[in-house]
Amino acid sequence: MTAPTPGPTPGHRRRGWWYLAAGLTVALALAFFVSPHASTQPDGLNKVAIDEGFAGDERTHALADTPTAGYGLGGVDGVDDEGLGTGLAGIIGVALTFGVMIGLVLLVRMGRGPGAESPDHGEPSRTAATAP
Amino acid sequence: MHIPDGFIDAPVSLAAGGVAIVGVGVALRKTREVLAEKEIALAGLTSAFIFAVQMLNFPVASGTSGHLMGGVLAAVLVGPWTGALCVTVVLVVQALVFADGGLSALGLNIVNMALVGALGGWVIFRGLRLLLPDNHAGVTIAAGVAAGLSVVLSSVAFALEYALGGTADLSLASVLTAMVGVHTLIGIGEGLITGLVVAAVLGARPDLVVGAADLALPQPLDRAAEVPT
Repeated sequence: MTAPTPGPTPGHRRRGWWYLAAGLTVALALAFFVSPHASTQPDGLNKVAIDEGFAGDERTHALADTPTAGYGLGGVDGVDDEGLGTGLAGIIGVALTFGVMIGLVLLVRMGRGPGAESPDHGEPSRTAATAP
Repeated sequence: MHIPDGFIDAPVSLAAGGVAIVGVGVALRKTREVLAEKEIALAGLTSAFIFAVQMLNFPVASGTSGHLMGGVLAAVLVGPWTGALCVTVVLVVQALVFADGGLSALGLNIVNMALVGALGGWVIFRGLRLLLPDNHAGVTIAAGVAAGLSVVLSSVAFALEYALGGTADLSLASVLTAMVGVHTLIGIGEGLITGLVVAAVLGARPDLVVGAADLALPQPLDRAAEVPT
């Protein structure tokens, strides 16, 4: 993650961090508190597969035995409650997608090279200073 | 709409994997060219948010649920190419960490939900923008309707893939009708969630919404007022 570097409009930048914190809080809250209450009915594709008679063609996922498979932490010590397991799986997933996406973007920006223009302020890319 | 292993045969899965690699490769190039610094965090947040909301299955009809796909939401917030990447990251994390969506079907799922969902949905969104007023309400409605239609489009993509490589011998018409029927209902949920989130972000930080970037340009009246007399 980038450190808050002084920009041309410090107030604007502070608001930027505020939206990030708010957005992540909402995502984590949805993943932890709401996902245990989500519908467990088959989704649209699975329902069609059942109705059309090809649901039985599904093969067991190669990673079905891993602790986080199926958004649960069923086999993990201390997590007996199914809802808690789902919520914790949600937290792990939110943190992972956030980290992987930002890592991916920083990685492709490195490929842009130090001389490339950064479209946000027209300044040279700060990739070198912001890479982890 | 995560396809598990076993529904689609190896040749079609492999072909979809090739399409996915090319599509994601282009998305990476485009992201490198267009992504501003302030949008890096938003891209991560968009991906994380879509992961969270994809866990929230809502009931749609008797014994059926649906959840947000997020392609149009991502495209409107961070642009179509970065949006396709956001959904791809969600799908990869789901398949590798949560055993959701088959490993052999990862290419199919990226094609249907990231490429068709975000890029196809973006084309619909841009088309609707032409018909709707250039304001926040117009952007919100275009995003919601495009999101709903993108789910139907993805379900059509699955039906075509199933016709090409489905492991059971079913008619295209039968699978297509069933897929489009249930995903029209799921699409309504997709449209409502997408519209709500886009409206909320437009209210708080309209400068961060790529799909509304043109609204930030000075209006013709303002520009006229700036002309020195």
